[in-house]
Amino acid sequence: MDILVCVKRVPATGGKITLTPDEREIDTRYASFTISPHEECGVEEALRLVEKHGGTTTVLTLGPAVAADQLRDAMAMGVQRAILLQTDGREWDPGETARAIVEAIEAQRAAGHNFDLLLFGNEAADTGDYQIGIRVAHALDWPCVTGVKALEIKDSTSTNNGSSAKNGSSAKNGSSALCRRESSGGWEIFEIDLPAVITVKEGINLPRYPTVPGRLKAKKAPIETMSVQSNENGLRMVRLKLPPAEGQKGEILGRGPEAAPGLVEVLQKLGVIAS
Amino acid sequence: MIIGVIEHDRGKLNDLSLQMLTLGRRLADQMNVPLHALLIGEAARPLADGLGAYGVSTVHLAQDDRLDEYAPEAWAQCVVELISAAKPEVVMAAGTDRAHEVLAHVAARTDLPMAANCTEVRPAETLEAPFELTRVRWGGSLLEEAQLTGTVKLLTVAPHAVAAEEVTQAFGGVPAVAAPTFESFSPNLADKDFRVRIAGRVEPDQTKISLADAKVVIGGGRGVGSDEGFKLLEELADLLGGTVGCSRAVTSLGWRPHADQVGLTGVRIAPDVYIACGVSGAIQHMVGCKSAKCVVAINKDPEAPIMAQADYAIIGDLHQVVPAVLEAIKRVSSR
Repeated sequence: MDILVCVKRVPATGGKITLTPDEREIDTRYASFTISPHEECGVEEALRLVEKHGGTTTVLTLGPAVAADQLRDAMAMGVQRAILLQTDGREWDPGETARAIVEAIEAQRAAGHNFDLLLFGNEAADTGDYQIGIRVAHALDWPCVTGVKALEIKDSTSTNNGSSAKNGSSAKNGSSALCRRESSGGWEIFEIDLPAVITVKEGINLPRYPTVPGRLKAKKAPIETMSVQSNENGLRMVRLKLPPAEGQKGEILGRGPEAAPGLVEVLQKLGVIAS
Repeated sequence: MIIGVIEHDRGKLNDLSLQMLTLGRRLADQMNVPLHALLIGEAARPLADGLGAYGVSTVHLAQDDRLDEYAPEAWAQCVVELISAAKPEVVMAAGTDRAHEVLAHVAARTDLPMAANCTEVRPAETLEAPFELTRVRWGGSLLEEAQLTGTVKLLTVAPHAVAAEEVTQAFGGVPAVAAPTFESFSPNLADKDFRVRIAGRVEPDQTKISLADAKVVIGGGRGVGSDEGFKLLEELADLLGGTVGCSRAVTSLGWRPHADQVGLTGVRIAPDVYIACGVSGAIQHMVGCKSAKCVVAINKDPEAPIMAQADYAIIGDLHQVVPAVLEAIKRVSSR
């Protein structure tokens, strides 16, 4: 099966967020960047599925030229191909992002690359828009299950090796995906036919670390780059702001084991233990 | 009008929908339009009357036998049909995974923009003009002021951005409508709208204290040092009738399962007390324990971000402090 994973480059935030003076971005002068956590699990899931069922893995991102770093991170983990939809670095509206991804998928299809499964993160760590996977699924008329934390692909018995570009997918006819997602402490189970879009959540797996040879190989690997432009943003960011500070807290109960009785008093005051 | 899509699971109301209606009611007053609600599936019918107290003047019920189990595309199609029939100015839902899913399908089907997790919405003078709104990013550690366009404004309301308030309390003594007008309709649903539908469930284990509901949570971070190190935290949790949580660093190291992770991409907890041991306090972790009534940090680094954000802090190595706390609790309890 041929899998495309869509990822987003986000800053690796630490203990504190600071904004740039124009209040339109997080100040990342001292920060590093990473693949948004849910999507990193999407990369891992794609690798595991292909290890088990055979096929190919491709990673795609929409972002500035430096977002190639995150594509190389995914390739260092083992992803074979990478596609960069290169922007001028400005933030895109989710509807426009989905449109560009669909166009890229159609271009891939025209070039003979037919995907059976698209993996997305449930929502990006930074903007949290919760809609790109669904918009892409709708445009392709594929089913979509979101928030998946356990995924199993059931192969059909009748295999179809050639890529059948006509129906837009090389999926073996009858392959299906069994998806489980959490719901108030329990699980909801869905079964859908491929081709499909699945958005995953962290916890579906524990992503592997890239190997050193993997890193070296990824460094030299080609990245297919397409320049993309946004027409109009229906949801426009005006500015960012930090939530009001909750005031200095942090009453120091003491240092070391001698502080234990102080904590016991706090627990008594809260009614957690009897006084 | 404004239409609030009510979230329910087989007839059980999700309370976040009442918060959504409260924000919707305020917006409806500002815009001088009525507030309607949409219930999907026959099982939700009994919820209709109760919505009057939240200012809903009309309840629409979408009926189809296949709606007895949740199917996101079918739910979205019910919303789309009501949009074309009723021509609302705004359609909103609670900021839950399920409602985000439904509204995103609506956005895709109508080709409209959608804003997720709004905390404030300021309507425009004219329908053509964009709404100004505030929404959350990074799980609430950052706010975004944004403009939302579209002939119908689609948005979800961030959980706990507003408290659910009944009309009599919130709107200066105007009597609540006892029972809203009730209208049912049969949406035109294709088989394809049910290609994604819940096919099975695993009900939650009632015997286990869930991290989300626990009154006491003992959290462990990288400072715990190993999976073995969590035994100490388990002991403290058992003694206080609580459960153990952890930071993302810990799940990444494989010391604890992801189900124990507190934070942006894990569980949001709301205990009476959260005792964080060896947790540095990255923002992704802190958004997960924002709703804790009291946060206690035990950390050997006085400069760790969590030390300033916790209500109480102990500066010290958790491997020495926690055993002393265990002893001190046992001493008090045995008195």
